[in-house]
Amino acid sequence: MDLTLHVWRQSGPKDKGKLETYPAKGISPDMSFLEMLDEVNEELIKTGKSPIVFDHDCREGICGMCSQTINGKAHGGQDRTTVCQLHMRSFKDGDEIFIEPWRARAFPVIKDLIVDRTALDTIMQAGGYTSCHTGGVPDGNAHPIGKPVADYAMDAAECIGCGACVAGCPNSSAMLFTSAKVAQLAVLPQGKHEAMARVMNMTDTMQAAGFGNCTNHLECEASCPKGVSVKFIAKLNREYMKALVS
Amino acid sequence: MILDGKTPTGPIEKTWDKHRFDMKLVNPSNKRKFKVLVVGTGLAGGAAAASLGELGYNVEAFCYQDSSRRAHSIAAQGGINAAKNYPNDGDSIYRLFYDTIKGGDFRAREADVWRLAQVSNNIIDQCVAQGVPFARDYAGYLDNRSFGGAQVSRTFYARGQTGQQLLLGAYSALSRQVKAGTVKMYERHEMVDLVVVDGVAKGITCRDMITGELKSYWGDAVCLATGGYVNVFYLSTNAMGCSVTAAWKAAQKGALFANPCYTQIHPTCIPQTGDHQSKLTLMSESLRNDGRCWAPKNKEDCDKAPGDIPEEDRDYYLERKYPSFGNLAPRDIASRAAKEQCDDERGVGPGKRGVYLDYATAIERVGEHTIKERYGNLFEMYEKITDENAYKRPMRIYPAPHYSMGGLWVDYNLMSNIPGLFVLGEANFSVHGANRLGASALMQGLADGYFVIPYTIAGYLATITPGVVTDEHPAFKESIEQVQAQTDKLLNIKGKKTVSEFHRELGKVMWEDVGMARSESSLKNAMQRIPEIRDEFWKNVNVTGSSNETNQQLENAGRLADFLEFAEVFTADALHREESCGGHFRTEHQTDDGEATRDDENFAYVAAWEFKGAGKAPELHKEPLKFDNVKLAVRSYK
Ligand SMILES: Cc1cc2nc3c(=O)[nH]c(=O)nc-3n(C[C@H](O)[C@H](O)[C@H](O)COP(=O)(O)OP(=O)(O)OC[C@H]3O[C@@H](n4cnc5c(N)ncnc54)[C@H](O)[C@@H]3O)c2cc1C
Ligand code: SF4
Ligand code: FES
Repeated sequence: MDLTLHVWRQSGPKDKGKLETYPAKGISPDMSFLEMLDEVNEELIKTGKSPIVFDHDCREGICGMCSQTINGKAHGGQDRTTVCQLHMRSFKDGDEIFIEPWRARAFPVIKDLIVDRTALDTIMQAGGYTSCHTGGVPDGNAHPIGKPVADYAMDAAECIGCGACVAGCPNSSAMLFTSAKVAQLAVLPQGKHEAMARVMNMTDTMQAAGFGNCTNHLECEASCPKGVSVKFIAKLNREYMKALVS
Repeated sequence: MILDGKTPTGPIEKTWDKHRFDMKLVNPSNKRKFKVLVVGTGLAGGAAAASLGELGYNVEAFCYQDSSRRAHSIAAQGGINAAKNYPNDGDSIYRLFYDTIKGGDFRAREADVWRLAQVSNNIIDQCVAQGVPFARDYAGYLDNRSFGGAQVSRTFYARGQTGQQLLLGAYSALSRQVKAGTVKMYERHEMVDLVVVDGVAKGITCRDMITGELKSYWGDAVCLATGGYVNVFYLSTNAMGCSVTAAWKAAQKGALFANPCYTQIHPTCIPQTGDHQSKLTLMSESLRNDGRCWAPKNKEDCDKAPGDIPEEDRDYYLERKYPSFGNLAPRDIASRAAKEQCDDERGVGPGKRGVYLDYATAIERVGEHTIKERYGNLFEMYEKITDENAYKRPMRIYPAPHYSMGGLWVDYNLMSNIPGLFVLGEANFSVHGANRLGASALMQGLADGYFVIPYTIAGYLATITPGVVTDEHPAFKESIEQVQAQTDKLLNIKGKKTVSEFHRELGKVMWEDVGMARSESSLKNAMQRIPEIRDEFWKNVNVTGSSNETNQQLENAGRLADFLEFAEVFTADALHREESCGGHFRTEHQTDDGEATRDDENFAYVAAWEFKGAGKAPELHKEPLKFDNVKLAVRSYK
């Protein structure tokens, strides 16, 4: 099939950037979206133009590196799908496709479709861990953890740190991302002891990094390729209140 | 040269404890003065950087992704082994040790494998303490499953995302140290050279992948934990950025590369659909617990819908050839068997490179609901990629390059032959011999990072004075100049073919001639083709853009330039090893019914290659392997 792409090109953080139009011809429905971009890039190189740069690595939906807004939707808007898992069979011959980077104050554009997401790491450094040492920990079965609790923690831990929730949120909030880690560790016996300091430090850092507030639009959950639920935001809020009153 | 692995002597079960006691320690107040560079933040590097930082060393860590949480360890699905024996089914450190040695087809060092089995239990405890949400039973205890042909249930798992959860555990420990100021993290930094001063590793040169700037970093020791090299085949289950570059830069500076020809081809991957394919997706080995592999008996049936091929016209080839293990035959055997069907022109799907993995019998036996519970996420993933419903129509699978057992040569302390250069995780050659068992790479990465390197690096650092060589030394400037010269050379070729066209070409040769089954003639053909492709690459590649910007073409070109040198050493290794063992199958060395024949008399050694420059024959150094605790036996799965 033949498509027309409108792709965000920006040579660097200081450049204003604009959409450029490129044809994508003879695209097979079996290609992944990124393979389609590979083909377009091969054409661009052959015609002496600079290829589109975009982040990607595993190409199987787990590393969280790929990050594109397609036709206004983070990761293209298909249920539980990252850009790298999106296949061209979900488009039709003749389609026009708009491809842009994540848009958020805390994620400045580096080049074309690549943004700087180090702010997410900074949030993790503020408390996304248990302060255990290497070695000197008890046997893995010393603290039984009921299956429902373990499953809840695993549901939260599904987050791949892609930042789609931020890109999808009208306030560019990182609440879903932050809450997933807060909730995972708050319910586990290993993480409970530091729960209060953790929720305070992580949310403070989130705000300082330039992410907006959560005003319950729920766009984050809709954008999340891993189905991370907004129920974790409610959990974060409860943890936050607990920490405030104690 | 005969290499010395420096394994401790005495009863094997005491070796690690005794060695830990014998090694020197670094005084706590001195640790801060030592700077340690850790390249790579996957399971091995992330665990090492966090642990060394916590001990008080001054650590700098590097990765090429935009965050240390994204290393390819994240893609591991199945699980991680440990000898906990929680299910009370007869497991022990000795059994895990024995299974790993045997699984590796008797081509690994006993003492290293023993240590791995011994610390495996600590790993599980460590990860649980970090909050890794392993699967649990209803009473709240850790759940286990059996994996990859093991007769005991020793695999711990976190849904279908064990690697992700373990990596996030290591990442959290690392984040804690970054916050504490003991580790400085450099993301989007690619190591493009190793700096060696007077024969000792003293630093690295990196390309800042945003600005393009080349910068050197000095350290009293350098740890490489940079993963595997199977992207030399172009298509593999590895991430797009995985490369041999860091390891190869060390090899160019004299580090020996051990057993490069030992690579693992995983039997259950989604087949290629066309030339546009950029990578292959693995589906967990656990699928073979219930699925039955078959191919049509008759060529004419290959294009028919699978449902139209009657039972009697199907060849359940694994069940036929290996009646006792059937569909659970080990990876190398299952992969080769699938290839045989396709070579016999009985493959299915696009390009006829595929066989069926059929769930119809299992669904009849336990119901679709149970199958969904067991493999739902995998069936979903399969449907996303192929648009086919595997509950209704058998899956198509085909083998794909997956893991590299070979890697930089290291001694028992994980130190390479270059003093001060340590190698961890998949990047070294140490414990898997010629074939790796399922769920044991995650174990090795974390063992090396949490529980081995913190001890063995001290043994080295205690013998040197910190900070004697820093980036003021002229070797650092030379390193930058040399990298800049190579970069300029690449950018100035301005040829007609793209980097990926060359990579595809190399991959095709490697897959066809140095892949699952290798013969003298195929290997000799590769020995001729690889230098031809390399020569053309250096004359005719088109690398766009400049060196002082984000330039993914330049990154790829640099990685491919290294693969093009490495591939030749890889092939030389395969050609010299006149036996079949584990992942290395030479068609000349097989029994009448197609089973691998090992030659212990002549080949029970580690082959460590010294690179002498592109196009020159590498020099072979041997480390003989001694087996005092296991009896060499034929690996039979009949
Ligand atoms: C799809 C898949 C499934 C798997 N499933 C399992 C399983 O179920 N069980 C199991 O035990 N094993 C499994 N494995 C194998 C296992 O995941 C890997 O062997 C292991 O995770 C490797 O860890 P590592 O730390 O050595 O390397 P990696 O995790 O690959 O990390 C490499 C690090 O090095 C960095 N790096 C590389 N080159 C450079 C450079 N030049 N400069 C700077 N940084 C660099 C990267 O940024 C990264 O941080 C699987 C592998 C794959 C591909
Ligand atoms: S919560 Fe979802 S959308 Fe947000 S970073 Fe995690 S995986 Fe991405
Ligand atoms: S490239 Fe890894 S999640 Fe898309």
